[in-house]
Formats: sequence, structure tokens, C-alpha cells
Amino acid sequence: MLLSEQTLSVPKRVYMDHAAGRPVEPRAIEEMLPYFKSSYGNPSSLHVFGQEAKRAVEEARSRVAALINAEKKESIIFTSGATESNNLAIKGMVNRNKDRGTRILTSSVEHMSVVNPCKFLTTKGFEAVFLPVDKCGFLNLESLRKELTDKTVLVSVVYANSEIGTIEPIKEISKVVHDKNVYLHVDATAACGQIPIDVKNEGIDLLTISSNDLYGPRGVGALYVKDGVRLEPLLHGGGQERGLRSGTENVAGIVGFGKAAEIAKKEMQTESARLTKLRDRFIDGLLKPIPYSFLNGHPTTRLPDNVSVRYNFIEGESMLLSLDMKGVYASSGSACTAKTLEPSHVLLAIGLKHEEAHGSLMFTLGRQNTEEDVDYAASLMPDIVKRLRNMSPLTPKELRM
Amino acid sequence: MYTEKVMEHFKNPRNVGEIPDADGVGTVGNPVCGDLMTIYIKVKDNRLVDIKFKTFGCGSAIATSSMITELAKGRTLEEGLKITRANVADELGGLPAVKMHCSNLAADALHAAIEDYYKKHGKKGGS
Repeated sequence: MLLSEQTLSVPKRVYMDHAAGRPVEPRAIEEMLPYFKSSYGNPSSLHVFGQEAKRAVEEARSRVAALINAEKKESIIFTSGATESNNLAIKGMVNRNKDRGTRILTSSVEHMSVVNPCKFLTTKGFEAVFLPVDKCGFLNLESLRKELTDKTVLVSVVYANSEIGTIEPIKEISKVVHDKNVYLHVDATAACGQIPIDVKNEGIDLLTISSNDLYGPRGVGALYVKDGVRLEPLLHGGGQERGLRSGTENVAGIVGFGKAAEIAKKEMQTESARLTKLRDRFIDGLLKPIPYSFLNGHPTTRLPDNVSVRYNFIEGESMLLSLDMKGVYASSGSACTAKTLEPSHVLLAIGLKHEEAHGSLMFTLGRQNTEEDVDYAASLMPDIVKRLRNMSPLTPKELRM
Repeated sequence: MYTEKVMEHFKNPRNVGEIPDADGVGTVGNPVCGDLMTIYIKVKDNRLVDIKFKTFGCGSAIATSSMITELAKGRTLEEGLKITRANVADELGGLPAVKMHCSNLAADALHAAIEDYYKKHGKKGGS
């Protein structure tokens, strides 16, 4: 039996770590099944099995294109996920367009799959600049304008931050970037499916989408590539996906992704309104009863699913373990839960001290979370915080009990 | 990721607190790194008769602090100085590799507290 299926001694189980992984939408699984069992053809094959698989892939392409209002379905390139999409966007762009410049601008609150390709490219003769953000995580447009030199070939900015939920002013950023005739890549991994995205209206050249973040299967993602934007592929082979992503298509995965995108589009408005209400109720419940507790990010310009808070004088992993013992599953901004020892670079970029970043907790809500769930999770925090603060040498005397 | 023993000490840490009239105090770590420990000791006839801790840190930081107080209590100062980081980790049934360095500071904190005691009271004739 899987560990997560064991009842253990936990009376209640509340999963609130959706940014890390989401359950696959049952309606998507249903549509995927035939492509494992009976319709297993290769979309490149001429016969009926191949054509059936090809039709399914193209149907999914249309559904993903519709979710972001792409000009045509061919603008969607299927990949293995957001990491590959970000790599293809960044490396593919700068390697193909060296003649336009060698400078890349990005923000200091990007996902590692944007940060590390940019850093890697600095070893290959490119220059990467990590632009500052304000205390809520909004990109500093002034420094964007200042750093947009004639040498700049690409600007890569996250649509909405997966750790603190802050939604960037993409349309404004796009205007600044395009005034300088530079390309704009947007990592919409956390945003897509939660808030409306319109690549045409907002002026986006490249957009990263993840399947699992919209309740599709893992191992699939997409890169939107605006008509006329040229990239160099990462993978060379049979020339699938307009030559930009060789390799036999992950047909079942793509079908599930397409169905998940269709559902996300149809249900976005209702579900986002529901989550926003839950989110705000949860934030209140987490912060009001506890002194020296704060919200990370912006109170309203934030993703409907994101609740990032911090408690002074204590450390995130010990809070996570305490929640885990009570059946609540979340994430922290602390080094101790990651493979590195540094706390989250996003939390440091918004100006938090190391010990404040270490004391952060991140909950990401999902379709199955209810009011009862958020009330239960919030009700646990006063005791957890009190216990850990009583153990901490940093706690001021007046808070000790 | 943690052993049952680590979780047991995290849930029910032994000897949490401060000793207001401690004979020696040792603080190691740094909140910047996410781990800070203070150990307080009371010494009588060259023995650690009481020991308490305060820790800011992750689960293993708290568990190692708790474990060191159990290992050290009742020992002589010399025995206390011989307790190593590895002893603490072994007694807890092991720690995840990534924690071995950052959150296994309890032995250092105990040694610092004993050194503090020596500084304040002098080292007594090797007894």
C-alpha cells in the first residue's frame, strides 16, 4: 500500500500542496485511457491507428490553444513539462537569435527552470540580468526599462509566482519590452488555468504551460510560440512538433492535458471565485489569532490558490512536521525542506531576512479543498506556533508562556 | 524522511527551557542558516547535573538538541566533551544526509557550554 493511502493515526487528511502536485482530473483520465489500451498508434503513421492518434493530439492542441486564446493551434508545441518549455523558450530563443543580441533579462523571483538556464547561458557567452522586485514581488518596471539595452534579445518573466502568488503586470511589461523590439517569454506554469490568459491581447511571444498545474497528467506541458518567432530546438530527431520538439508524442498525456485545459477554461470563473473566498478566509484564520505573523506577497493581486504566510522566531520545517502529524500537508520557504541549504530565493528577493524566509509556510489550495479544510488547518496553528516559540531562543520574553 | 526516534524526540523533546542560574551556556549556529541552539548546564562535582536547551530550527535540529541533553545528563564534563555529532545522529537512528551538517550542531553546543563553564570556573585538576 502507498504511504499516502495508509490511514495512520491521523483523523483528518487535508492536502494543501497543489503547487507541488495536483491530482489528475478524473474526466481527463477517462479520456486518456483508450490511448493506452486500444488506440496506441504513432501519430506519424499513415494507417488508421496513426491517424486516430494524430487526430487526438490535434484536438488537444486546439483545446490548449483556446485556453490562452492563441491565434492558431499550431502555435502550441507539446513538451515534457514546464521545465522543458522554459528551457526551450530561453535557450531556443537566444541560440537562434544571437544576431539580435546576447543579453537576457529576467526577474529575481523566477522558478529554477528559468533561473538555471539563464545562469547556464552565462557560461556560453550570454549575459543574464536578474531584475529586482518590490516587497510584494512585482517586477520593477523602471529597472526593466533601464536594463533593456540594444543588446537585449529576450525578457523572461513569470506570469504569477508559484511561491507567493503575486500576479505580474504582464500587459505593461509586454509594452515596455516590445517598445524596444525585444521578445517576451512568460512562465505561466502557476497562473495558467487559474486566471484568464490571452496571449494576443497581452502581447506574449512565448508562454510556458504545465499540464499537472491544471489537473492534467504529469510529464506533459506546452510552449506557446507566437507566429513568426523562431527558436532552435533542444532535441533533434524525427522533427515532430514543427521540428521544435522531436520525439514520438506522449499521446495519452497530451489527450489528458487537452481535456484538463478544456475543463479549466470552462470552470475557471466559478472555481477561481470559490478559491479566492477560501484563500482569504484561510489567510484571516492563519494570521488573526497569532501575533508576529504576516502574509507574503500581495493581499489581492495574487493567485486564487496561494496562501503564503510567515511566523517570526520559528522555522518552517518544524511547522510542516507539526502540521503533517495532524494530517495537513503543505510546503515551506525553508532551506530544510529543499535540496539546498539556502532559503527560497523568492522570499529573499522580496526583502525578507533569512530567518523570516525560514519561518514561511506555503499552502496551495485545490479543487477538493473546502471551507472545513481551511478552518481545520488554521485552527492547528496557534498551538503549533506556541509550542515552537516556547522552544526558540529567538522568541521575545513577552511571547513566552 | 526522519526515523521514528527523530520524530519521537521532535514530538516530545526532553529538557526544553533555560536555566536562569546556569553554570555554563553554549550557543551555536545562526538564524541565517535556519538553525540556532543554546544549551544551558548546571555542574556539580564535575558532573552535568542539569541541562536544558532552546532551539530555533528544523525537526532534526530540535531532535538532536533533545537527544544531546539525554546523552549528557549525569555525565562528567570530560565525558560530555567526548560526545560527538556522530554519537547524536547514531542514537537517533541516523539523520538524512542533507541534515548531517546543518542541523547536527547539538554536540557543538554542549561543548561550547562546557568550555564556557571552564572559562568561568576554571578547569579543576583534571578530575
